[in-house]
Amino acid sequence: MKNEWPLWEVFIRGQHGLAHRHVGSLHAPDAEMAVKNARDVYTRRNEGVSIWVVKAIDITASAPGDKEPLFDPSNAKIYRHPTFYDIPEEVGHM
Amino acid sequence: MYAQMVKSTGERPKTLDEMAPDERAFQMRVDADIKIEPKEWMPEGYRKTLIRQISQHAHSEIVGQLPEGNWITRAPTLDRKAILIAKVQDEAGHGLYLYCAAETLGVSRDEMTEQLLAGKAKYSSIFNYPTLTWADIGAIGWLVDGAAIMNQVQLQKCSYGPYSRAMVRICKEESFHQRQGYDIMMKLCAGTAEQKAMAQDALDRWWHPSLMMFGPPDGDSVHSAQSMAWKIKPMSNDELRQKFVDQTVPQADYLGLKVPDPELKWNEARKGYDFGAIDWNEFHEVLKGNGPCNKERLEARQKAWDDGQWFRDGLMAHARKKNARKMAAE
Repeated sequence: MKNEWPLWEVFIRGQHGLAHRHVGSLHAPDAEMAVKNARDVYTRRNEGVSIWVVKAIDITASAPGDKEPLFDPSNAKIYRHPTFYDIPEEVGHM
Repeated sequence: MYAQMVKSTGERPKTLDEMAPDERAFQMRVDADIKIEPKEWMPEGYRKTLIRQISQHAHSEIVGQLPEGNWITRAPTLDRKAILIAKVQDEAGHGLYLYCAAETLGVSRDEMTEQLLAGKAKYSSIFNYPTLTWADIGAIGWLVDGAAIMNQVQLQKCSYGPYSRAMVRICKEESFHQRQGYDIMMKLCAGTAEQKAMAQDALDRWWHPSLMMFGPPDGDSVHSAQSMAWKIKPMSNDELRQKFVDQTVPQADYLGLKVPDPELKWNEARKGYDFGAIDWNEFHEVLKGNGPCNKERLEARQKAWDDGQWFRDGLMAHARKKNARKMAAE
């Protein structure tokens, strides 16, 4: 049987109040070891206060080819941005 | 560099007109500095060249632990020992970041390891030289890591996203490596005549191998043009080498050490140092496997791989059993 350890994606919360952020991946036999390895590989210099690991095969990603149908519609909706509206200067900060 | 002789397609880069539509769209994105991400379309040559380059780089980090690991048990003080352990651990981490970057291109970690052990994948020539004295640990940090930083800083701009991100992380950590090396050299150079002679001897032995780290001269580097067009090698070997010499010579002067090159001279006209010819024959021999430590290094990697087999298998068996028990309980 091929015994290569599965691949895990690692997410680290850098500071309290911030979201976990993807930092890289690593191999480990199970989730418990993946957390231990992530601590050694990705937080040697105080980079985090919390670690998430998830098996790489369990992640569903959007396909690069779907970029246009997924994201182009929002490009056209410029009225979703505050800068779309001109507020007179005398009204002050809004 | 850490990837010194990466074979690319061996052909000159195509012009935009000669490219098929997919390839042209790809090249235009690269030209516009848009990063390429794992699942996106890429030319087969780009993928293969990157796998070679990143795996060579990763293997270098891993094999690079061996010459320094040699001195962990004999570091002169407890502080130096703790620092050296931290540095060697960093090198292991760098290897892991890089293996993961390569894996996004569709090659597995085990395949890469097997290629290294079979002698099919290379690692940097520099790690085939022995560390004879404590001063060598200083020289490696100062020169070898200094050269590595010079290479890696420009690779942060590489067109392939995962490789570029690994480089950003590595560069952040690498500066400590160079500074701790220079710190060792400063200490030795401020010490007894014997200690200073030891530092000079280390510089004498590591200088030329360090210059060789940047790879063969541009004229002989057949694969560079394509790699530069793909932006997986932003600067040429000779440019980086010159930059390294210009940066390092004043640092040697500060230590009161003499760079072992009688032809080394400041060239006011081009604001850089002229330096003597490099023995490329030695470089090619070391790459071919005939350096002082090639055999020892590969044997050490092979032994680690073989001795770790029961451990890798054991943990995997444990994970499977635990998983099966959990499934049964649900």
